[in-house]
Amino acid sequence: MADFVQQLVNGLTLGSIYGLIAIGYTLVFGIIGMVNFAHGDVFMVSCFIALLLFLFVNAVLGAGAIILSLLIVMVISMGLTGLWGWTIERLAYRPLRGSFRLAPLISAIGISIFLPNLIQVTQGARPKPTPPMVGDVIVLFADGHYEATVSYKQLIIMAVTAGLLAVFWYVVQKTPLGRAQRACEQDRRMAALLGINVDRTISLTFVMGAALAAVAGTLYLLYYGVVSFSDGFVPGIKAFTAAVLGGIGSLPGAVVGGLIIGLVETMWSSYFSIEYKDVAAFGILIIVLIFMPTGLLGRPEVEKV
Amino acid sequence: MTNLARATTAAADRPGTARGGARAVPQAPSPQGAMAAALKDAALAALVMLGLSFPILLLRSDVGSNNELVLTPRVPLVVAACAIVFFGRLAIAFVRGAWRRSHPRRMAAASPVGTRPVVGRVAGLLGYALTGAAIAFPFLAAYALGGLTPARYWIDLAILVLTYLMLGWGLNIVVGLAGLLDLGYVAFYAVGAYSYALLSTTFGVSFWICLPVAGIMAAFFGILLGFPVLRLRGDYLAIVTLAFGEIIRLVLINWVSLTNGSAGISSIPRVSFFGIPFTREDDGFAATFGLAFDPMQRIIFLYYLILVLALVTNAVTLRLRRLPIGRAWEALREDEIACRALGINTRNTKLTAFAIGAMFGGFAGSFFAVRQGFVSPESFNFMESAIILSIVVLGGMGSQVGVAIAAVAMVAGPELLRRLEILQVVFGEHFDPNQYRLLLFGLAMAAMMVWRPRGLISQRTPSVLLHGGGSPAAAPAEAR
Repeated sequence: MADFVQQLVNGLTLGSIYGLIAIGYTLVFGIIGMVNFAHGDVFMVSCFIALLLFLFVNAVLGAGAIILSLLIVMVISMGLTGLWGWTIERLAYRPLRGSFRLAPLISAIGISIFLPNLIQVTQGARPKPTPPMVGDVIVLFADGHYEATVSYKQLIIMAVTAGLLAVFWYVVQKTPLGRAQRACEQDRRMAALLGINVDRTISLTFVMGAALAAVAGTLYLLYYGVVSFSDGFVPGIKAFTAAVLGGIGSLPGAVVGGLIIGLVETMWSSYFSIEYKDVAAFGILIIVLIFMPTGLLGRPEVEKV
Repeated sequence: MTNLARATTAAADRPGTARGGARAVPQAPSPQGAMAAALKDAALAALVMLGLSFPILLLRSDVGSNNELVLTPRVPLVVAACAIVFFGRLAIAFVRGAWRRSHPRRMAAASPVGTRPVVGRVAGLLGYALTGAAIAFPFLAAYALGGLTPARYWIDLAILVLTYLMLGWGLNIVVGLAGLLDLGYVAFYAVGAYSYALLSTTFGVSFWICLPVAGIMAAFFGILLGFPVLRLRGDYLAIVTLAFGEIIRLVLINWVSLTNGSAGISSIPRVSFFGIPFTREDDGFAATFGLAFDPMQRIIFLYYLILVLALVTNAVTLRLRRLPIGRAWEALREDEIACRALGINTRNTKLTAFAIGAMFGGFAGSFFAVRQGFVSPESFNFMESAIILSIVVLGGMGSQVGVAIAAVAMVAGPELLRRLEILQVVFGEHFDPNQYRLLLFGLAMAAMMVWRPRGLISQRTPSVLLHGGGSPAAAPAEAR
């Protein structure tokens, strides 16, 4: 029982991180109908930005103020990763609107090859460990000799995810930017005729997705304490699976999907086989795409000529 | 509408941005104004570059002796990057301004048109010339370097290029002809390699029996992948094929009892001359044909083997394009719904594309295994798929000659650059272009989509048209 509760806590933590990345996929797919293949690698870049900033800020503030340093790192990293998202959209995707169907996807694949190799060239190929950050745990309950615990960092991760989801849900539902985004999602040309700056709205969508990936990157670093240049690929695919499972285009769907994928992954590693945990995630992706392409909370898509 | 806003955002001005005719033309009233605008634009671009490079380029982290990270600042690199972006942007603005003045009525972003007759004929001649050069290559190399043994490096490199060329041509059937973006092509390469490796090491089956078996196995896997993804469109299809490729690799790593896991399978039997081994013994190749023994004989044989395999791939593709199935592939690429409305069986069409593409991947895989004598899951990761795909994309999806040029440029290019000593003088002692290979592949893929979405040699016009004298080249190419 304690073991199950422990896996539940771990799964929800992992799922929160996947959910944050998945929002980036779902926002972009919602607005321009494209799978931003490079999003996982933007997440990886944000991990490196957060790592370098953390080392820097922590050296200035001292080891005592870890939470404060993390907060500063997260905010700056959101801005810088947002800039990456903006630049990528500007240079690699915007010129391709109106090109043939697969062009943006191929361009995105190019970017997703470029980013890890850029990091490898500029930062080296070895995995980078972080200094120990938050180590304390709370014991939930003990079951014989086995204790189910939740660590402070897991609490931080879940709280930050819940808070950000609320903020972004508010942005999409209640603000002029969110209205513009939803208008572009429905009909881009009509939105443009009604005075919405479509290009700017799409750019801001990419910035939002990248900023959330930056939060996920900081939390990932806090949780695992190590990152390497190739760490964007697998979390990216899993987050995409989460977005598809939740119904691509749906914001709450992305988080629900992320939590499910996180839970499936931890439970699978714990009760079946840890070697095949990625196979489980990829298998879910294939099964969902084939049998349930609209996902849990998505709308059916009608294919038109 | 958005024109005013777009004209005022200084950094946003590219020919590709235009959609329809509604595009603001930011023509400055005076040269001074244009100069100021260009400077402002360049300064903004440099500022963005500064932001992008802030931690990633500025700070280099290295794992120190105490397993902690040590930061090294690299200010000159950041300054150089920003300066390059600033002056590059300025140069682009001037070139574009001059171009606008000399071509005032240019249409915005005229999309490249398909093959013109001249291009088609040149590509055909180029194809024959390249084939001739490839046949003569080992002898030319041996003649130029004074013997077969000194030429070994070049022949090995050519074998590598041809392997990728064959994979590129195989994938071209799926991506270029049928328009199904397959990101897991390396899985079929792996199936082919492991088929030969396992059959030969466990049962001692000869390469010449394994080669077709590997092709059939890979085609079978292609159908296995094809069935579930029949209903998926473009980008979903790409992701599922990617997941399929990763699953195959993970199974190869984790099914240790069959595949020996990450350690791979070693001492795979070498290739024989249709049953006669390349050994020093009396029944070896050299003794049988009365030649002096030379280890290069095997290498030359491997070279011609892969050349023949690649040419077979090419010939089959060219033939298939003229058959009903090839026409159905091209129709499927252009419009799937229209295909279905016209009564084309899209299921069979897609499955044959997957199966035939996979079969050639399987052939290439078993060649890889017989050449290396060793296979491990490491050789079949996503990056291999990405390299093969970028060869197809850069070659201009659908063009055989384009794929050949792209394969030579992308596989042999970095190797050749590495041998240029001047680069090491400029960039320092430890400069290795291979490190930057994938970086450039990625950039090239994105740049290709922006500037020449149809590839180096564009050939997206259908091979066969109803009207137009049977020759597709004569028909006016439609720009979609």
